[in-house]
Amino acid sequence: MNLMSIFSQWIIEQGPAFLIVLPLLMGAVTAVIPNKGMAWWITFFVTIICTYTAFSLFQHVYFDSFLLYTMGGWNPPHGISLIVDGLSAPILLLISVMAVLTVIYALPASISEIEPKKRAPFYAAFLICFAGLMGMVITGDAFNVFVFLEVSSISTYALVAMGAARDRRSLAAAYNYLIMGSIGATFFVIGLGFLFMETGTLNMAEMSDILSELDGGSRVSKVGYGFIIVGLGLKIAMFPLHTWLPRAYAYAPTKITIFLASTATKAAIYLLLRFTFTVFDPSFDYIAIMLKYLIMGVAIVGMAFASFQAIFQSDVRRVLAYSSVAQVGYILLGIGIATSSGLAAGYLHLLNHAVIKGCLFISVGAFWYRFGITRVNDFSGLFKTMPLTMGAFTLGGLSLIGVPFTAGFVSKVKLILAAAEQDMWWAVLVIVFSSVLAIVYIGRIILFAYFGTPPKINGSILVKNEAPLMMLFPMWTLGLMSIAIGVNAFGIGDSFVSASEIAASVLLGERG
Amino acid sequence: MLSTVLDQYNYAVVIILMMTGLYVVFASRNLIKKLVGLSIFQTSVFLLYITIGKVSGGQPPIVESHGSDHGNLEIPLVASISEIDSVIQSSSEVLYSNPLPHVLILTAIVVGVATLAIGLSLVVRIREVYGTIEEDKIEEFDRIYYKEILEGQ
Repeated sequence: MNLMSIFSQWIIEQGPAFLIVLPLLMGAVTAVIPNKGMAWWITFFVTIICTYTAFSLFQHVYFDSFLLYTMGGWNPPHGISLIVDGLSAPILLLISVMAVLTVIYALPASISEIEPKKRAPFYAAFLICFAGLMGMVITGDAFNVFVFLEVSSISTYALVAMGAARDRRSLAAAYNYLIMGSIGATFFVIGLGFLFMETGTLNMAEMSDILSELDGGSRVSKVGYGFIIVGLGLKIAMFPLHTWLPRAYAYAPTKITIFLASTATKAAIYLLLRFTFTVFDPSFDYIAIMLKYLIMGVAIVGMAFASFQAIFQSDVRRVLAYSSVAQVGYILLGIGIATSSGLAAGYLHLLNHAVIKGCLFISVGAFWYRFGITRVNDFSGLFKTMPLTMGAFTLGGLSLIGVPFTAGFVSKVKLILAAAEQDMWWAVLVIVFSSVLAIVYIGRIILFAYFGTPPKINGSILVKNEAPLMMLFPMWTLGLMSIAIGVNAFGIGDSFVSASEIAASVLLGERG
Repeated sequence: MLSTVLDQYNYAVVIILMMTGLYVVFASRNLIKKLVGLSIFQTSVFLLYITIGKVSGGQPPIVESHGSDHGNLEIPLVASISEIDSVIQSSSEVLYSNPLPHVLILTAIVVGVATLAIGLSLVVRIREVYGTIEEDKIEEFDRIYYKEILEGQ
């Protein structure tokens, strides 16, 4: 046995704990380290190592179905267990890849966004937020979910408020997010309390066994589910509970917007899936009713309404933020359909949307970095001054609309097919309508950028001024990725689709 | 009806505190008062959890050895939780309260303190920048401030 195989064996065995412990520990180190330049390097290497670990785990469960790690050797149900399966592994990989790309982007962006003395604490808070998100996804203990949810949320509030160096409205946005987020987390913990009352355990697997023995349980677990769904709905930015999101996305530092838009809401959606389908079961009558009338209802209204609102925003970041709310609607629609094709479509759209929104927010961040602009009118003629960045923005935008040969097209078609299977033609209609609205709000920006005249600053037309390489790299990685998913280059598209199908089969209890 | 309410007065207290807290968060326009409301809301959940842990007639969950061999601990060290279970089961018909919710709530209290600390420090920063902690005024200031910037361009 050579050293390499021993190492990869060790990664599989200890990886789940490693994913949480390493960023948490290094977050503390980063906060106190005297050499400020080191903070970026530490963060970079931690995210790289976590990506490697998450990828090994993903590969392992992709072929081998299930991995259980018992924290400290205490067996479930008493000890805390970490679970990596077909549902959580893709999200773990997604979060860590997005973290790497965000950190690469953050190095040039920090120069203009964060004061020098706040850079080390910034990376510390980023690592802790990262650890919290990983913990939320990987843990198999219901109360642990709450703790990690708060770990990631509290560091996010601080990170959003760091936008104050550039836009003072970020303080009020962070405060508002804190109030809404804490109410959400508290609702979630009330729900857990009711579940604990009903089942007497906090281990998700045992909870699920007891609930199915009780055939869904009494009114206590129904009320508990209601509280959990409202609490998670606040974190997901489910339609009527989304009011904190546009402000937080628009005024946070651009790199935090990138990270939040592509991971935080996704991790919360993962929790919604985990609780609805594996802790509870869609065969309970109240879960079926919730999925059919509540989840699908807010999905439909959110898709149409948020897309409509996006058209009237004058700030590009707010356009994209409202579009995020609409895209959450697509994902929830897939979840609400609750067939294996619907779930797979929703899960695929979750992954695709993270890639697409990451690409879009990075290019908007690059525009801001070069010219300090975020308003739609200011985008006039940008294609002539920043062609590569605008090119990536266009790829992301087309993918968001769902033009053929892009990632957005693949998942939207799957979603439409899943809805059509159930004869929900009204849902198909709303998906198409919302996509048409996306053409309007993305097309407006792209038209300005391609056909408008470049703005004049101090009387002279702006010269070509491309974004730095460290911003171009992550944005083109994501932009090309969305095309690769669309045309299935190198089998990337197929592996995304099969990952989503595996996740759907885990949710419906057909696999490990 | 009245007697069931009196029997479960804990829950009544929890509900009253919860609703008071939520109402204060949404009705108040002062940033500090909102945080006060949030704290009350979170505290009601602590009480809810502690209520769950109480087993009527239950003792504090500390395993004691009874009888003449008092002092001679039969199992001084337990290697795993499953052994604790067997000790508790064999040790008698003593009814214990559930200690788990208390542990959970210790964690939740820490989380609540951290949230409050971040919230208060945000309010301090907001007051430094805006000179007020009234939400209406902050919004008004922002409207004027950013309108001027846009017109300046």
